[in-house]
Amino acid sequence: MSQREEPTPEFRSYYGRPILKEPAWRVPDVPLYLFLGGTAGASASTAALADLTGRPGLARAGRIAAIGCATASVGALIHDLGRPQRFLNMLRVIKPTSPLSVGSWILAPFSTLAGAAMVSDLTGLLRGPGRAAGLASGVVGTAMCTYTAVLLADTAIPSWHDAHRELPFLFAGSAMASAAGALMIAAPVAEQAPVRNLAAIGGAVELAAAHRVETGLGLVGEPYSIGKSGRLLRAGRALTAAGIGLSVAGGLVSRRSRGLGRAAAVLSGTALVAAGLCTRFGVYEAGVASARDPKYVVVPQRERVSSRMQ
Amino acid sequence: MGNRLSGPLADPSADAGYPADHPPRMGFFTDTSVCIGCKACEVACKEWNLVPEDGLNLLGQSYDNTGELGASTWRHVAFVEQRIPEKAPVDLGMPTVGAPAQNDDAGIRWLMSSDVCKHCTHAACLDVCPTGALFRTEFGTVVVQDDVCNGCGYCVPACPYGVIARRESDGGAHKCTLCYDRLGEGMEPACAKACPTDSIQFGPLDDLRERAAARVGELHESGVTEARLYGESPDDGVGGDGAFFLLLDEPEVYGLPPDPIVTTHDLPSMWRHAAAAALSVGAGVALAFAGAALGRRK
Repeated sequence: MSQREEPTPEFRSYYGRPILKEPAWRVPDVPLYLFLGGTAGASASTAALADLTGRPGLARAGRIAAIGCATASVGALIHDLGRPQRFLNMLRVIKPTSPLSVGSWILAPFSTLAGAAMVSDLTGLLRGPGRAAGLASGVVGTAMCTYTAVLLADTAIPSWHDAHRELPFLFAGSAMASAAGALMIAAPVAEQAPVRNLAAIGGAVELAAAHRVETGLGLVGEPYSIGKSGRLLRAGRALTAAGIGLSVAGGLVSRRSRGLGRAAAVLSGTALVAAGLCTRFGVYEAGVASARDPKYVVVPQRERVSSRMQ
Repeated sequence: MGNRLSGPLADPSADAGYPADHPPRMGFFTDTSVCIGCKACEVACKEWNLVPEDGLNLLGQSYDNTGELGASTWRHVAFVEQRIPEKAPVDLGMPTVGAPAQNDDAGIRWLMSSDVCKHCTHAACLDVCPTGALFRTEFGTVVVQDDVCNGCGYCVPACPYGVIARRESDGGAHKCTLCYDRLGEGMEPACAKACPTDSIQFGPLDDLRERAAARVGELHESGVTEARLYGESPDDGVGGDGAFFLLLDEPEVYGLPPDPIVTTHDLPSMWRHAAAAALSVGAGVALAFAGAALGRRK
């Protein structure tokens, strides 16, 4: 695929220095936090429906993935803090204007519910309340998939902010595909039919949203197709397509050979998880690139000023 | 929500919940036309606020070796060296001599400007802070409570001016407080106090806006037509700055964004899209299971 780099428009700056500060967040902490949160959320939703449709193996795998990924995402978030010992200050206030505050108030109850569901499933204790907690975590899980998009968009970073309509859907699709991938690896193959469908649905949503981000944002969409971020996003797309293709093939062969079906599921699952990682790291890097080069700040703002004067 | 996320807002302190008898909104008017680049403001700020040293560098960018605002730089003096555009020589009407030959340019001019936190009417750093560490003071300024900040760093990419930053040595976010401690004692901020030319003027924002309008008029009358105010209008993308500027060239020449809009302007739309996307996850998972049920029946 060709790289679309437009000619640099004329603009003035202060010694070419950036105007914005690059995000103070660390890599890999924050891209991982985005990936793990989405995977946790969609896994919990899948586990809830697996429970309701009589797929105990898939439900258990989904519950384990949900709490495992949620715990790891909290770990990544705390590790990124400048003052980790003050993590609990995240729950000091509830602020609808702060996506990180809202996110903390989604993440905390989600983790509690998902943890309770998993413990009940594994120990057999309090089955009724445990199942109810699992269902509730499945509902909250849908918000886990998308609040992180607002977290990135509610900044001055041009390539994140201007993608605020598309990023939630990109993250939703990516979360569904990643969770499908994780569950292809972890769940019994016989119960995987819905997960294969989920991979295709999530992948389609992700690819459509990514296309809009790349082509519909003008200059600030450029970092999504060039440089390191562009390479990561292209790799993510290729892996998503490969993962979906493999999972369809796996679904066909699993009726004939259990061994082959298992191998195909693990392969496609791995591709989908890797795709999710590439997508989140790519989106993150695109934002950083747009903060680093003052043209992404000056040129669109100048255009806005001149269009207002006309 | 009305004006709480963007647009003009007459009294940010009242909006933040202070009673009607709170002090007037205070701010800075930085008149760069009289800045001499002495950096007394940078030094006074560091001294008064005990801001740590943050590197001694030679940047090769005129006399600016500070570079940018940051966690440990709350005033930054920019030095712009420009060629002055050639002006047509004046013909004195003496045909045998003619106008004197001119060089390609009439020389170099220096633009100097002391940059600082803008203390926005709609401050993105404050609105996105998840802990409540950033708050609006009774003077309408924006201050970080260091004992609450957990160093999440969200304020850093939220600022449309690239002002606030996380300090590596203590992990917390830091920026100009408009000398909140001095204001409480009825004193002016250290930078304004130290400024020898009154380029940095401190006072109630309403007075400063009047003073600035008069100064621009004066400059325009004396032929400095490029003088313009930056950040003074309550109608701009951040609802007006508490610290605004008189500039002699485009804002981006000084490292300032030409037309910033506070990110929270679009926050309602962001939450709506995120909610729709969350519903799409629910629908997607449900569809995946419905599809499997159909497949099973075949």
